[in-house]
Amino acid sequence: MSATAPGGARGRLQELREPDGPPAIRLVDVETALLGKQVLDGVTLDIPARRITVIVGLSGAGKSVILRHMIGLTRPDSGQVLVNGTDINLLSRKGLYALRNRFGVMFQTGALFDSMTVFDNVAFPLREKTDQGEGEIRGKVERLLGLVGLPDVGGKFPDELSGGMVRRVALARAMVMDPEIIFFDEPTTGLDPIIRNSILKLVCDTWREHAFTMVMVSHDIPEVFNWCHHLVVVRAGKIAAAGPTASVLASGDPFVQQLLTGDSAGPIRLL
Amino acid sequence: MTNVFERIGSRVLRGCSLLGKTGLFLLESAGQCFVRPYRPRRIVEQIHFVGVKSLFVIILTASFTGMVLAIQGFHTLRKFGAEGLLGSVVALSLIRELGPVLTALMVIGRAGSAMTAEIGILRISGVIMALDAMAIEPRKFLVSPRLVGAVVAIPLLTAIFIVVGILGGGLVGVGLLGVNLGDYFGRMEQSVELADIAGGLWKSFAFAILIGWVCTWKGYNTQRGAQGVGTATTTAVVVSSVLVLVGDYILTSVLL
Repeated sequence: MSATAPGGARGRLQELREPDGPPAIRLVDVETALLGKQVLDGVTLDIPARRITVIVGLSGAGKSVILRHMIGLTRPDSGQVLVNGTDINLLSRKGLYALRNRFGVMFQTGALFDSMTVFDNVAFPLREKTDQGEGEIRGKVERLLGLVGLPDVGGKFPDELSGGMVRRVALARAMVMDPEIIFFDEPTTGLDPIIRNSILKLVCDTWREHAFTMVMVSHDIPEVFNWCHHLVVVRAGKIAAAGPTASVLASGDPFVQQLLTGDSAGPIRLL
Repeated sequence: MTNVFERIGSRVLRGCSLLGKTGLFLLESAGQCFVRPYRPRRIVEQIHFVGVKSLFVIILTASFTGMVLAIQGFHTLRKFGAEGLLGSVVALSLIRELGPVLTALMVIGRAGSAMTAEIGILRISGVIMALDAMAIEPRKFLVSPRLVGAVVAIPLLTAIFIVVGILGGGLVGVGLLGVNLGDYFGRMEQSVELADIAGGLWKSFAFAILIGWVCTWKGYNTQRGAQGVGTATTTAVVVSSVLVLVGDYILTSVLL
């Protein structure tokens, strides 16, 4: 499926459109405590379908916990997590796995198998979960490695690659099962600005190609604002602001403004 | 006084909780063996890792164990003029006790520690969570093949240990100490019963489950980075070694 990119050009996502159709994911009054600490406190949030949504916030605000709730890796103490209208907390393990078959997940460190080659890492979900033949798998993996700009590294091991290349391989693996939704947990943390922007551009190009629903947790402020349609700001387990990127950036909330501008003066005091 | 009871109660509850969790872990991991897709190749890889790769150390340990048994047994038996019983002593010691126990301890050191470290590294590097997120049951992928590999390979290694030990004992007893070859093997045939062999194999089977269980559990629940992997590996080796020795006592009491 080819999507019309806001802005048209193969650059940054600059225009915003209203989401079409119901949200892909909806969190309703989610509350979660971990190790006795309230990490999510009444989170209600819509993730629009076929859009790139970025979740930002201070470290420890609960961004990754929100992402894990969406994938079903963490269950809330109360509230609902609805994926395409299904409350994933009511699903059996089998039902949850059936749902996760429609997800692709890219973790912060890539989470690749060190003992497998890049090719085998990308092919891994196909070999584990489908009956596809090796020829078909080879074609698909090679196409995806080409898409992420790594056509010649299939025979290498992850420890032979740079951090940016590992993330790109992880992105290829996240896409290999043709998911409906791709989750990114801080995909560019620890990378230099050029590689960081190239990864974000790759995510954006992938969206243009497939129009997946994409949810990304990121610390890359302000770069990430150029690459997303929808922005969610999390503050101490609550949603401080959420909506189309431009409207959140224009928010008058002093916390949101301080977080987005990185100003040391404001309601956020760390020292 | 109340505090003492509270602490004891708390520890008992924690112990029960741990026992329940580890028990469920074993049952669910064993149950995953019967869930499709079966992936026999992965089990064969584990049998190769636990079995074939431990073969050298097992043969080496077994041959020297048999030789030492022969020297010690010969000098003890000579006091009673019963050197001819050397074959029986060596065979029964190896079949009933030393074969299963020493094989288990060797496998813990060589393969069990590696199992824990490997799974532990996958845990701390986020791969286990990634497997779960990819809808691939981590216990089916990581634990079940190792359990099956241990259960198949360890009894076979035990059998090899016993045979090599008997041959090592024979080499020293017959070759160096002058025991008659016919006596060595003839007395062995008379004294070793099927129940002895079955008992030894039952032990090795039980030890295999213990080793697979403890080593995969410790790896699967590794926390806190590289130091956590080290701690998990050490704990797995110590706990499984102690459990093998305790289990040996219990099984011997039951089987005899």
